[in-house]
Amino acid sequence: MSINSNNLSAFINDSRVRNIGFQVLIISALVFSVWWLMDNTLTNLENRGKSLGFGFLVQTAGFEISDTLGTWLFDYEVGVSSYTDIFFIGITNTLLIAVLGIILASIIGFTVGIMRLSNNFILKYFATVYVEVIRNVPLLLQLFFWYFAVLGVLPDARSQLQVFGGLGGLNITGLYLPAPVFQTGFGLVFLAFSVSVIASIIVAHISKKKQDETGQGFKLVLIIPALIISVTGIAYVIMGGPLDWTFPEFKNTGPIFKRGFQSDAGMVLVPEMLAVLLALTLYTAGFIAEIVRAGIVAVSRGQTEASYSVGLRPGVTLRLIVIPQAMRIIIPPLTSQYLNLTKNSSLAVAIAYPELVSIFAGTALNQVGKEIEMIFMVMSTYLVISLITSFFMNWFNARVKIVER
Amino acid sequence: MTQHSHDSVFVRTVDAETLPPPQNQSGIRGWLWRNLFYSVMDYSSVGASVRSLAMLFFTVLVSYVGITQLWYLLDFVFLSAVWSDPTGIKREACWTVSQGGTLPDDWHAACWPFVFAKLKFLAYGPYPMDELWRVNVTGLLGLAGIFWLLIEALPFRRLVGVLMLTAYPVIALILLTGGASDANYVNSGAYILVGLALITVGRLGQRGLLGVLASDFASIIGFVGWSLIVYQVLMLIFSVDVGLEPVGTGDWGGLLITLVVAVTGIVVSLPLGVVLALGRRSNMPVARLLCTIFIEFWRGVPLISVLFMASVMIPLFLPEGVNFDKLMRALIGVMLFSAAYMAEVVRGGLQAIDKGQYEAAEAMGLTYWQSMRQIILPQALTHVIPGIVNTFIGLFKDTTLVSIIGLFDLLGAGKSAIADASWSSPVQAISIYLFVAFIFFVFCFGMSRYSIFMENKLSKSRSH
Repeated sequence: MSINSNNLSAFINDSRVRNIGFQVLIISALVFSVWWLMDNTLTNLENRGKSLGFGFLVQTAGFEISDTLGTWLFDYEVGVSSYTDIFFIGITNTLLIAVLGIILASIIGFTVGIMRLSNNFILKYFATVYVEVIRNVPLLLQLFFWYFAVLGVLPDARSQLQVFGGLGGLNITGLYLPAPVFQTGFGLVFLAFSVSVIASIIVAHISKKKQDETGQGFKLVLIIPALIISVTGIAYVIMGGPLDWTFPEFKNTGPIFKRGFQSDAGMVLVPEMLAVLLALTLYTAGFIAEIVRAGIVAVSRGQTEASYSVGLRPGVTLRLIVIPQAMRIIIPPLTSQYLNLTKNSSLAVAIAYPELVSIFAGTALNQVGKEIEMIFMVMSTYLVISLITSFFMNWFNARVKIVER
Repeated sequence: MTQHSHDSVFVRTVDAETLPPPQNQSGIRGWLWRNLFYSVMDYSSVGASVRSLAMLFFTVLVSYVGITQLWYLLDFVFLSAVWSDPTGIKREACWTVSQGGTLPDDWHAACWPFVFAKLKFLAYGPYPMDELWRVNVTGLLGLAGIFWLLIEALPFRRLVGVLMLTAYPVIALILLTGGASDANYVNSGAYILVGLALITVGRLGQRGLLGVLASDFASIIGFVGWSLIVYQVLMLIFSVDVGLEPVGTGDWGGLLITLVVAVTGIVVSLPLGVVLALGRRSNMPVARLLCTIFIEFWRGVPLISVLFMASVMIPLFLPEGVNFDKLMRALIGVMLFSAAYMAEVVRGGLQAIDKGQYEAAEAMGLTYWQSMRQIILPQALTHVIPGIVNTFIGLFKDTTLVSIIGLFDLLGAGKSAIADASWSSPVQAISIYLFVAFIFFVFCFGMSRYSIFMENKLSKSRSH
C-alpha cells in the first residue's frame, strides 16, 4: 500500500505529467467555454428570431455613401449595389487613408525626428513642443478638433477659398482639385513608366556592383531621373498625350441652388477624409519622430568618429554609416506605428468618413442586424492587414539586419 | 636624466593668468553661435552654402510659423478671450456684431463662460447633483492613496498599496453606485459553507490526514475555497444597504467615466498581462499557443471594433437573464485589449532577464511560481516600467473611444455640451475641445514625466 501510494505521489509530482495534466485542463476549459458561449448565442439568436448566415451579402443596400475612392471604384449606387460592394468600398477607403497616412506621416515624422537632434535650437524646440503636445492628446480629440473646429469654419457651399493658385478650391463641402481623365493609350504610357522604373532598379544594381569592385559607381542621381523621364515622356508623346485634366468649376451666378462647385468637374476630397488624414498623419508623425530620434541616438558616437577618421564627409557619414544602423533599430517600432495608423483609421467612424468600421460595422450593421457575421468580417480584415504588414516588415527587417559572421 | 642649465633658459615660476574663453564661445554669443548660427553660417564651399541657406530658410519658416501660431494661441486663449458673462446673456456673450452680439466682427477667440458653465457636466456627467460628494470623496481618497504610493519618503507604503488594491475598489464601488445590489442570501450562505468545507479539506490534506493525493492538491483546494468565500463576501458587502441613493452607471459621465475606465483598465491589465506574458513564454505548447493567439488577436484589431463587439456581441454571448450594462461591457473590451498590449511589454522585460537568473532560481530548488514571483518578475517589471507607463498613457487616451459607443466620457460630455443651443456660437466647439485637450495633456504629460523620472532613477541604481 505504501509503495503504491509513493508511486502515485511520484507520478503526480512528475513535472511532465503535471504539464500534460495542466494542458488537458486548459483545453477542456476552453472547449467548455466555447461550447457555453455558442450555446448561449444560438439560444439568444433563436429567441430574437435571427439566424446565422452570410446571405445578406448579396442583398442590395439602401443608404447613401459620400463620394470617395471606394464608391468611385465600385460604382456605388443606392438600391443596386450589394453589401459585398459596401464591404469592399470600406476596405478601399481604409487602405486609401492608411497608404496616404503612412507616406505623409513618415515624411513629417522623419523630418521632425531629425529636427529634434538639430544643433539649431529653434528647430529643436519647435520639434519638441510638437512631439509633446501631439503625443499627449487623444487622437479622437484631435480628429474632432480638425473636423469641427478647423474644417467646420470653412466658407459655406456657395463660396470658396482658392488654393494652389486657383487650380483648386476649398469650402465646407471639401477640397476640389483637378482630376485626371485617362484617354485610350494611357495604359501604354503607364507600362513605359513601369519598364523605366524596373530598368532603373537594374542600373542601380549594376552601379552597386561596379562600386563594390572598382570604387566608382555611376552618377545615379542623374541617370535614373533622366531614364524615367525620357522613356515615359517619349511614350506620352507617341501616344498623342492621352491624359486630360478636368478642373473644378465654381459658379457664383445663376440659380442659387446651383451655385458653388459643380459635381461633374474635377474631383473632391470630402472634409471627413481631410480631417482623418490630417489627424492621423500629425498624430502618428509625433510617434515616428520619437522612434527616429531614439534610433539615431542609439548609434554609438564611435561609429561617427570612426567614419570621420577614415575621411568620410558628414553627409556621407550620415547616409552610409549612421542611417543604415539606425534603421535596424527604427524599423520594428516603425512597423507597429504603421499598423497603429491603419487600425486608428477606424476612428473615422466618429465623423462618418465611409471606411470599413464606419459603413460596414456601423451603418450596414444597423440595417441588416447581423452582428456576429459582420463584426467577424471586419475583425478578420484588420487581422489580415496586420499579418501581411508584419510579414512584409519582417522580411524587410531580415534584409537589413546585421549579418554576423 | 640630463642636466639643465637653468641660467640660459627662461623658466616660468608663476602660473600664467587664465585667459577668458574667446568671446564667440562663451556667454550669450557663444550659446547662440553653438545653437543657432553654427548650422546656418557655413559658406566655405558650394555644398555648405546650399546647406546653410536651406537651413536658414527652414529656420526662418519654422520660427515664423511657430511664433505666429503661438501668438495666435495666446491671443485665442487669454488675450482676446471672453472670460465672464456677468449679465447672464449666455451665447450672445460670444457673438460678434454681425451675429447679433457686441464683439467686433474680426473677433475669434475662446468663449470661457461656456466652459465654466459646463464644468460640472464635464466632471461628473449627468450624476445627480445632491450626490456629487460621493464622487468627490472617492476621487480624493484615490488621489491621496496614489500620492502616498508615489512619494517614497512616506511610511507604510506597502500597507497603503494593499489597501488601494483591496479595500479602495470596494469603497469606491459602493460610494459610486450606492451599493444595495441584489443578492441571494441563501445561495451566498451555501457557497460560504462550501468554501469553508474546502478550506478545511485543504488544511487536513496539508497535514497528510487524507492520504497522499489530497496532500498534493491541498493548496489548490484551499485556494478555491478562499476564492469562493471572498467572492461571496464581496457580494454580501455590495448588497448591504448603506442608505445611499442608488445611482446607475447610465448616470455617470465626464471625467468620472474616463477615470473609471482608465483606472480599471490599468489595474486589471497589468496582472492579466503578466499571466499572458508568462503563458506565451511557457514550455507548455498548448498554453503558449493559446496565449500567442489571444495576444496577437487583440493587438491586430482596432479598439473601436473591440468596443463595437463588446457592445453588440456580449449580450448575445451571455445566458438569458444575465445583463451587463453599457459601462461594464466597455470595461470588458478595454481590459482584454489593454491586457494584450501589456503582455507584450512584460514579455520584453522577461526576455531581457539573463538566463542565469532562471537557472539560479531553479538550482535553489524554487518551484516555477516561486521563482517567477521572487526572482524573475520583480526584475522584469522594474526593467519595463517606462513601457508599462507608456501603455497606461495609451490606455488613458484610448478611453475617449468609449464615447463612440454612447458613453459620456470627458470627450463625449464635451461633445454633447456643444449641442447646447443656449450657448451656440462659432467658437463653442473649439473652446471646449481646447479645454478637454488641456486636461488630457496634464494627465498624460504628468505620467510621461513620472516615467522619465523613474527611468533615470533606475538607470542610476543599475549602474552601481
